[in-house]
Amino acid sequence: MQGAEKNNMAVNKSATDTSYVRFENVQKSYDGEVLVVKDLNLDIQKGEFVTMLGPSGSGKSTCLMMLAGFEPATHGEIFLDDRPINTVPPHKRGIGMVFQNYALFPHMTVAENLAFPLEVRGMSRSDQEDRVKKILDLVELPQMAGRRPAQLSGGQQQRVAVARALVFEPDLVLMDEPLGALDKQLREQMQYEIKHIHENLGVTVVYVTHDQTEALTMSDRVAVFEDGVIQQLSSPESLYESPQNSFVAQFIGENNKLNGVVEKVSKGICQVRTDDGTLLHAEKVNVEGVGDKTTLSLRPERIELDPPKGTKNVVKGRVEELIYLGDHIRVRMNVAGNSEFIVKVRNRADKRPLKEGQDAKIGWLAEDCKALDYVGQL
Amino acid sequence: MGKKMSDTAVNNMGTQAQKLAAENNPLITADGIPLKQKLAKTTRKMKMRALLLTMPLVLFIIVSFVIPIGQMLHRGFYNPAVSNVMPNFSIAIKDWDETTGEMPSDEILKVFVEDLALARKNREVGKTVGNMATRINYELPGSRSLFTKTARRADKITEGPYLDELIAIDKKWDNHNLWRTVKRASNDYTISFFLAALDLKYDENGEISRADPLYQIYVPILMKTLMLSALITFLCFLIAYPVSYLLSTLPLRTSNLLMILVLLPFWTSLLVRTSAWIAMLQTEGIINDIMVYLGIIGDDGRIQMIYNQTGTVISMVHILLPFMILPLYSVMKTIPPSYMRAAKSMGATNSYAFRKVYFPQTIPGIAAGTLLVFILAIGYYITPALVGGSDGIFISNLIADHIRKTLNWSLGSALAAILLVVVLIFYWMYNRLVGVDKLKFG
Ligand SMILES: Nc1ncnc2c1ncn2[C@@H]1O[C@H](COP(=O)(O)OP(=O)(O)O)[C@@H](O)[C@H]1O
Ligand SMILES: [Mg+2]
Repeated sequence: MQGAEKNNMAVNKSATDTSYVRFENVQKSYDGEVLVVKDLNLDIQKGEFVTMLGPSGSGKSTCLMMLAGFEPATHGEIFLDDRPINTVPPHKRGIGMVFQNYALFPHMTVAENLAFPLEVRGMSRSDQEDRVKKILDLVELPQMAGRRPAQLSGGQQQRVAVARALVFEPDLVLMDEPLGALDKQLREQMQYEIKHIHENLGVTVVYVTHDQTEALTMSDRVAVFEDGVIQQLSSPESLYESPQNSFVAQFIGENNKLNGVVEKVSKGICQVRTDDGTLLHAEKVNVEGVGDKTTLSLRPERIELDPPKGTKNVVKGRVEELIYLGDHIRVRMNVAGNSEFIVKVRNRADKRPLKEGQDAKIGWLAEDCKALDYVGQL
Repeated sequence: MGKKMSDTAVNNMGTQAQKLAAENNPLITADGIPLKQKLAKTTRKMKMRALLLTMPLVLFIIVSFVIPIGQMLHRGFYNPAVSNVMPNFSIAIKDWDETTGEMPSDEILKVFVEDLALARKNREVGKTVGNMATRINYELPGSRSLFTKTARRADKITEGPYLDELIAIDKKWDNHNLWRTVKRASNDYTISFFLAALDLKYDENGEISRADPLYQIYVPILMKTLMLSALITFLCFLIAYPVSYLLSTLPLRTSNLLMILVLLPFWTSLLVRTSAWIAMLQTEGIINDIMVYLGIIGDDGRIQMIYNQTGTVISMVHILLPFMILPLYSVMKTIPPSYMRAAKSMGATNSYAFRKVYFPQTIPGIAAGTLLVFILAIGYYITPALVGGSDGIFISNLIADHIRKTLNWSLGSALAAILLVVVLIFYWMYNRLVGVDKLKFG
């Protein structure tokens, strides 16, 4: 409840436009030949949970390292609480950080690891002990104080790493793929716990991951990176519901693609002639106008088998493959020349079962189909 | 349905039976042989093969390492020079009780004279009167000529009292301590050489005491060897640590190139490297020339940097440096930069992060490197011999002297054995301090 309030506060604050972290036209090159980060602009509000999501090598870690102060920005300025921090050394930025391999000091016990940032700050022994005890309770590891990191399981190490980044009560915490080394079940549990901690403490979190599920479940806002450029920065919902370009549509969730040419535009709806001559209706998102080549994007769960009368798009397709998944059936079809067209059919007793090789009638609403930038041959 | 039920029931009974069997008697395989026996039988072949594979190495170590070292240790205690030359006398003298203060009996001296006369005719290598005289001379310096002189006239002595006859040849025979020393030397096993190696001796009363100050050479040299080795190790550490750090942080291509430079000395002969230092450091050498040219020193004030301790230390630091760099490098290579970054993100300055986070993690490499360099340095021989002069020599040079020049193998062996013990003591202390299982050599 308290967390929800904090989130609301963050949203309110964003309205008054006082961002906590701000990247302004930041560029970064390691070798003077390639720009790893190209003209990055990003505003993060206080208390927000922002995730940088993107494929490996897209420059996410580089952005985080520039924010933490371990890599200088080649161009542009980074602001923290409205102060430019390009010349502030990392140890004076007061930013907590969780590394992918946790970077727990192997020669220290868990308690010593946690006391490290407090010791640095010259805190008294008894205060240190209090803080360490409190934070160990928070991550639910009160018995592990005397252990060495090597004696902990992966999940426990991860918690200690999070605890260490939080113990000195920084306002900003950076996490670089902190769950990458964990197995699926543990990862899901930790996602929840990190989210919980964020809500309880109200810290600002900048989180890096290449896992879209992780990004969607945890974040207030997600910045989708590709090749050093933010492709889209929005809430998880609008990222999925209204992707701004083909890369985002492709990267977030499952997605069917159909290529075509725009023939007519009216009231935000395009008429698109696909390569095999089918006429389809789609929402105009990222195309200029008539004559443009476009790639249509369509979520598999928005396609209906035997659509009701009046559905805008109705086409015929041949069933190529059926995969039984219990709650639904994944049907691979050949639709408008695309043989990788996926349809998710709910598993219902009243529908007659499909067979491989048969033709089926499918349909979808114009609003569920987005006309995006052309990506070329499928 | 019913069938299924009964199946599970049978299964349950089966597992219960097994449990019972395990409690009462050992597990049995399907063909009725106890499981343990069967396992031993099936793994025996594998064990035999592993043994065969290690056999060549085991043999090699025994032949090239265990036997020679065993022999060396033995040689330090065992010196049969007297019993080789005078076999009858060395047995007869055992009957003399030197504690009574009386001289050996006439019978024993008769055997002595006869053996001496016989030995004079013996020309076999290692069994001449000279060999025996040398042996006794170790214990009683200056007594050598007494034996050779007496041996020449021994066949002239035909009847007793033999002591008087011997005294007639040389008055020195009228000396209780001389005979006591002869008796001691007649024993094949002796600790005299170990005493000598520790600057101790038997005094006139047959008690162990310090050697004369003039003869106290081995312990001071051993101490100097340890001190210089420690100094060399420390200097190696000071130089190697930043170098290894640089190597471990540079990109792989650059660090490989630099690593080759570090290893380059390994590819040139030790002799060449040491000689190069002579060219560099001698009074007419390059470094002195440069300093004179720059006016730092006058032409008449050239500094003696070689043929003394300085020369030994400088060239040995250079030669042993790779043994420090390699373990340090291999440890530093495994420390990811994220540790330092984590420390700094938590507010630590560079130096604080280094002291508290980086340095402690390099201790296994430091320990391995210092142990390696220190032990190599203690036993070093060629470099001190070439550039050490008389001041910068190590204990190994004295050992080599005894083995090759004075041919006192027993003393050489005793010194080598003491060196071995010192190294083992250091290793043991090291193990207590650092833990050898924590060392990382590469
Ligand atoms: N220290 C570095 N030196 C040179 N190139 C680097 C360095 N770190 C990252 N890069 C390059 O920058 C690009 C982006 O890397 P990174 O920010 O780590 O991506 P991500 O975290 O999104 O996977 C990659 O092509 C990578 O090879
Ligand atoms: Mg990364």
